[in-house]
Amino acid sequence: MTDVLTRRDLLRRAAASGAFLTVPGVLAACGGSSSKSSSSGSDHTLAKTLHFSNWPLYIDVDEKTKKHPTLDMFTKKTGVNVQYVEDINDNATYFGKIQGPLSRGQSIDRDIIVMTDNSRYPSLLIKKGWVEKLDKSAIPNFKNLVPALQHPNWDQNRDYSLPWQSGLTGIAYNDKLTDPVLTVPDLLENPKLKGKVTLLQGMGDTMPLVMFANGDDPEKVTDASWDRAIKVIKKGVDSGQIRQFTGNDYSGPLAKGDLKACFAWSGDVVQLEADNKHLHWNLPKDGGGIWTDNMLIPKGGNVYTASVYMNFAYDPHIAALIEDYVNYICPVKGAKQELEKIDPGVANNTLIFPTDAMLGNAKNIDSAALNNEKYITEWQNLISG
Amino acid sequence: MGFLHRHQGLTPYLLLAPGLVYLGIFFVVPLGFLVHQSLETGNIDFGYAFTWAWGNYWDAIHNYRGHFVRSFEYAAIATTLALLFSYPLVYWIAFRGGRWKNLLLLFIVAPFFVTYLIRTLAWETILADQGPVVRVLRDVGILGSDGRLLATSFAVVAGITYNFLPFMALPIYVSLEQIDVRLIEAAQDLYASKWKAFVRVTLPLSLPGVVAGTLLTFIPAAGDFINAQLLGSPKNHMIGNVIQSKFLELTDYPSAAAMSFVLMAVILLLVVLYARAVGTEKLTG
Repeated sequence: MTDVLTRRDLLRRAAASGAFLTVPGVLAACGGSSSKSSSSGSDHTLAKTLHFSNWPLYIDVDEKTKKHPTLDMFTKKTGVNVQYVEDINDNATYFGKIQGPLSRGQSIDRDIIVMTDNSRYPSLLIKKGWVEKLDKSAIPNFKNLVPALQHPNWDQNRDYSLPWQSGLTGIAYNDKLTDPVLTVPDLLENPKLKGKVTLLQGMGDTMPLVMFANGDDPEKVTDASWDRAIKVIKKGVDSGQIRQFTGNDYSGPLAKGDLKACFAWSGDVVQLEADNKHLHWNLPKDGGGIWTDNMLIPKGGNVYTASVYMNFAYDPHIAALIEDYVNYICPVKGAKQELEKIDPGVANNTLIFPTDAMLGNAKNIDSAALNNEKYITEWQNLISG
Repeated sequence: MGFLHRHQGLTPYLLLAPGLVYLGIFFVVPLGFLVHQSLETGNIDFGYAFTWAWGNYWDAIHNYRGHFVRSFEYAAIATTLALLFSYPLVYWIAFRGGRWKNLLLLFIVAPFFVTYLIRTLAWETILADQGPVVRVLRDVGILGSDGRLLATSFAVVAGITYNFLPFMALPIYVSLEQIDVRLIEAAQDLYASKWKAFVRVTLPLSLPGVVAGTLLTFIPAAGDFINAQLLGSPKNHMIGNVIQSKFLELTDYPSAAAMSFVLMAVILLLVVLYARAVGTEKLTG
């Protein structure tokens, strides 16, 4: 029974990610209607509808009605309907869909999109001028943003972006099949794990862990530290130690036992651990990765309405309601205290509200490295054989 | 009415028009864009400029020769396997299926009611290291004690074969179904053995279906990337994976376009050679 849950979860995501393979899906995304006049930040009237694109299973759901209670609360409070679409499954694919219309100055009919800062795309969108500045006067709750996330190096003052959720990247293992795997060298060199190991496809996901293990700083990537990391991974690919590079499709094989250990995201593992006692997840001793999904307002989106929604989502009570369903890390101060009243089990889960020690032991990758053509090419060649 | 009467010669063209317009808009125009893009240089940061960059083609062939060869290898093996599996299957359905024919055909098509991705993920379960298939193969000694099928070329080829099997089976079925059984009876009346009658009568008459089936299987199989992504290791990646990563991850649209063209050109060449070898009339019956 426990297995079935995991599987269903995986298939649901897979089904969602399959959508991008269908022609109507692509057409719908590329269709970008004629550009509507972009509303400037000073226009303080709410739109009738907020168009919000997010990743699957990333907001509260009422299991009975299949509705999203916090979105209904927003509509009740402001009169703005929310058209909530779960059409982002992969940063690169989504960027591929929206870059066409955005580069032609067309609107993509979205007011909020969510992209991950361990991919190059949030910084690229800002650099290309394809996202709007937030209307901070409409976001007094901005003060609730946790300090650690206030000054990312790709958007120093959070002029364009506001975190939705964060997650940690660490090592998961199955204790039925292996002794605890707590370090990257153990994962990549232990002969007992040969062919039973996967790393993550995203270079921003995998690199911080490998660099930490090499004694390098992932936040300041140099050619030397980059080469060292590539060498370590290449050795693992050539020897057959590393079986594959995956997206979140590692969860099925890990639960079934095809994998003994792998790089994995904290949020997935919250679910997996609940279903299977034998699965464990840790940040590597040398350090792990932390990434953040960010709300952005694409060019042509309604800045004021989007900002009002962001303010709503940064109310600690609302954030707590969302967090109770989503298993990732909450960027809103005070949400933990609110959640202690509703669901203390979740509030005390360190994968959802990590300790300061855990947060201190995790870093995101250098955004300059993410945008370095040479690095990207080398990485793609590495994971495509 | 009067117009068509006076210009009867126009009728075929008018009937062709919708198809031609469709091909023009959805095939020729995008192809033109693709050619244009394949000759550009630049990157996403600074934009792309058209520079007659034929070098993109050379780079595509030179740097990814291995991936191209592997793609055609996998596609050829998968096409052959699909033919070997589906011919006896649809032969039986066409000649012995009786009133169950339609139901049996439905079984062949049934997997198509499920998304491509889910079907492929199902193979991840079927071929799992701890699954029954691998366990049996280990027990009988075909696989070593820690041997596996997933993340090997075997799994990729198996996945492709499975995913494209109906494209092979259905055209062959149509060819077989149309055969006048009296021709086979006549062959036997003329003292042909069953085998001889099959080789001299049934097989040649079914060749149009075989030719159509191989093309319908081989062409998409050569460009596939899902099977290699989910069932293979990095060492089994095909050219489709490279194009996908060039386009989406590297946003190197010119290279991706050039590689797509090389892929298309090679497939076209192979199809032409194949058509000449078996004779084009086989395609039309």
